[in-house]
Amino acid sequence: MKKILSSSWFIPLQIGSIAGITGILMSLVGMVEEFAKRDIIAGIIEMGQTLVFINLLVAGYFAASRSQRAQAYLRVIEGGLAGAIATFFLWILVQLIPPLDLRSIFLNASPALIKVLTFDREGAAALGVMLTAGFLSGLAGGLIQSLPARYRTAVVRGLIWVAMLGLLQDLIRVTLLNFPGVGTALQWMFGSRNEKGLSVAGAIAVFVVVTGGSILQSNQATSLSARVGRLPAKQQQFIRWGGLLLAGAIVFYLPQVLGLYLSEVANQVGLFILMGLGLNIVVGFAGLLDLGYVAFFAIGAYVMGYLTTTAIGPESGQIIYGPQLNFWQALPIAVLISLVAGVILGVPVLNIRGDYLAIVTLGFGEIIRILAGSDFLKPYIGGSQGIVQVAPITIAGVDFNSPQKLYYLIILGILLATFVSWRLRDSRIGRAWKALREDEDVAQAMGIHLVSTKLMAFATGAAFAGMSGAIFASKIGSIYPHSFKLLVSINVLALIIVGGMGSLPGVFVGALILVGLPELLREFSEYRLLIYGVLLIIMMLTKPEGFIPETTHKRELHEEEPGTV
Amino acid sequence: MLKRALERFTLTDFLMWLVGTVIVSLVVVGSIATLRAGEYTSRHWFDFFIFGLAQGSIYALIALGYTLVYGILRMINFAHSEVFMSGAYIGYFVATSFNRSGFMDKSPYVALLIVMAVAMLTSVTVAVLVERIAYRPLRRAPRLVPLITAIGASFFLQEAFRTLFGSQSKAYPDVDVLKGTVSLGGDFAIQKIQILVILAAGLLMAALYYFVMKTRTGKAMRAVSEDKDTAALMGINVDSIIVRTFVLGAAAAGAGGVLYSLMFRQINAYMGFVPGIKAFTAAVLGGVGNIPGAMLGSLFLGIFESIGPILFLDGLGIAAPYQLKDVIAFSMLVLVLIFRPTGILGERLAKAKA
Repeated sequence: MKKILSSSWFIPLQIGSIAGITGILMSLVGMVEEFAKRDIIAGIIEMGQTLVFINLLVAGYFAASRSQRAQAYLRVIEGGLAGAIATFFLWILVQLIPPLDLRSIFLNASPALIKVLTFDREGAAALGVMLTAGFLSGLAGGLIQSLPARYRTAVVRGLIWVAMLGLLQDLIRVTLLNFPGVGTALQWMFGSRNEKGLSVAGAIAVFVVVTGGSILQSNQATSLSARVGRLPAKQQQFIRWGGLLLAGAIVFYLPQVLGLYLSEVANQVGLFILMGLGLNIVVGFAGLLDLGYVAFFAIGAYVMGYLTTTAIGPESGQIIYGPQLNFWQALPIAVLISLVAGVILGVPVLNIRGDYLAIVTLGFGEIIRILAGSDFLKPYIGGSQGIVQVAPITIAGVDFNSPQKLYYLIILGILLATFVSWRLRDSRIGRAWKALREDEDVAQAMGIHLVSTKLMAFATGAAFAGMSGAIFASKIGSIYPHSFKLLVSINVLALIIVGGMGSLPGVFVGALILVGLPELLREFSEYRLLIYGVLLIIMMLTKPEGFIPETTHKRELHEEEPGTV
Repeated sequence: MLKRALERFTLTDFLMWLVGTVIVSLVVVGSIATLRAGEYTSRHWFDFFIFGLAQGSIYALIALGYTLVYGILRMINFAHSEVFMSGAYIGYFVATSFNRSGFMDKSPYVALLIVMAVAMLTSVTVAVLVERIAYRPLRRAPRLVPLITAIGASFFLQEAFRTLFGSQSKAYPDVDVLKGTVSLGGDFAIQKIQILVILAAGLLMAALYYFVMKTRTGKAMRAVSEDKDTAALMGINVDSIIVRTFVLGAAAAGAGGVLYSLMFRQINAYMGFVPGIKAFTAAVLGGVGNIPGAMLGSLFLGIFESIGPILFLDGLGIAAPYQLKDVIAFSMLVLVLIFRPTGILGERLAKAKA
């Protein structure tokens, strides 16, 4: 046994087996088959095989990088071996499916899956083709690994661009068609209208452009920001303001360019950004782990719903008698009530720390959701039937409810929330929050008033969530208790962690990645949470500080912590 | 001004006691009203009690995993509810195949034992994998980090099981020997399945308690939970002890999964969430890190949850009180943490920073 472990062929065997099991799992959960419906390069490569391919590529890459061999070509070959071993696992799976009738247990072990995995061959030919493909993919992974770092990132970037453009092609096509003169370019890049995916020429062009650009960029000795930094102060300021104006203009014109569907996605992202900014204060700044954050979102939504619903009385199928305010009258009330709720729920948990706080807030979130759906409160907030006909948003009599118009309102809310968080961050209270996050006892010893500091954090966070919830209620027009599951809280928490705890730009990045991307990739919706879970684990293992970390937080995570956990 | 007022009155204390008294008086008034109305006979209350006891025993089996892991790693193992679910799921496949082949009817006790053993084995495998992949590399990371990976693992397991085996709920097969009731004389009777659940859970808990208290490994576990570094200096292999802790907790959860499914019949990929949260609540109630505490807390929570909605809320004239049983459970958690943060039996953790 020892001999095997120390043998140098153990690494490809080990990594190949892990990749093989991962591949089997991917196949059996149905991802491979489901994604096979989507082409990346029309008629040649589809998403399902790409998934398997990426798995093998990664296996080859790691086998090559872990390999202890001195010669580069041997390392690359080990990568290839890992790929071949991984495909062997898949071949075994394919052999086992019909005789064991695996489909009676694993729903996705279908003939279509076998077709995708074996490239539609049978018998020995299937094994041959699979092993060759596996070996070549692993080899490719090993080759990428053996490239100098500069070229490696360039190639990886090129591949990612090709995959993304291929996946999003129908969205891109629809969006860009509004522009004059790009029709022929699109035609060339994506092929004819009924094909899904890039054309071969388009794929090559994208790859060459991105990879080449990336190499060229890394060839330049100084980065753009460094060069700007050397300019005189006046010019720097000019560039900064210019950049800001440009960004403002892009944000302003975005909905016109994006069209209806993408604006709707942008709004969804916007609402999550709003919530993320709020939770970022509670968790990111003050370090109070809140898993029941959705409660405040729900409170905001329900207050808005109750105050503005236009369908009152039993004849409209509803038993609620709300005062029928309009959106603008109800919004401050909703925000205020959420804020008060933040304080009320904050008071009992003042002495509770860490994990206990997480579980108690989770309990609060569930209590609110169950109460909202119960018959007990049905006369007031509609029970499981929810509240319908929530008043739409109007400005001076003009209906504001189309996604493209609502966008501006949400942007306004985000701007406000960003401004508030940004100003709070370095204020007296902001510094008090950070002290609290680092060590509660020391903070108290330094004269920080724990009660008011904590309550301020809960209240501000709750107010943002309440605003988000209120807009959500008006946007959807009807609210049901099942919109306020624990999942929303987890989503918001995950997005600030992926973005970087306590960092404001991180919230935006996190929301775009975790809310925006899954909305765009509709085929993924079935596997959204699965990928999400894996992503969270990988993120925490490799980059626990998030994509855009806050500086102090990053320092903390990377210092060696002596002693206990 | 608010600040000064807060300082003078210690408003928080006042508010907490206010909340506490309001809830206690509501409970008292509600109970008196319900009992006076006399809508429920003593047989009803007995049934509620036994149901609560059975449910509480299942919570206890899950809670043990939480409490053992929390005691050692100081982390909430959010994926534990999925460990429970995975046992129930694989147990389902074994049970249905036994049912189809007739083995279940021929020798039901052996069959059930095998189902349970397979379920425990599955749960153990899942738990060990989760520990190896998601927790061990993060031993020295800040505490929020493993919590997030635990949530990630929990999502992954839920979705993997759902996509692997399909979204619909599955029904555990009927076992003939578990049907019907045992009469205790008079109006009183207990369902056979409840007897099985209570007995099996009690047996497992006793075995576990013995293991932790009397064996060498158990002693090492307690040493590690006391102080990891010192334990390592005493020659204890901390990593292996941690894995064994996960194994122990997962085995109990897997058995709990089968018992739960035999009692409630329906299983699906999300079935772990609610019992998991309840079990953790129970562990906190009893004083997390404390094994008898977890058992006591679980039984208490199970009975409370079964009797509470009717007893407290029916008398107050609240519609459909049974919908609110989770509210009662969570409110109890909040109350216990406010007034006795160390739980009913917990003392050790009062000093170690929670």
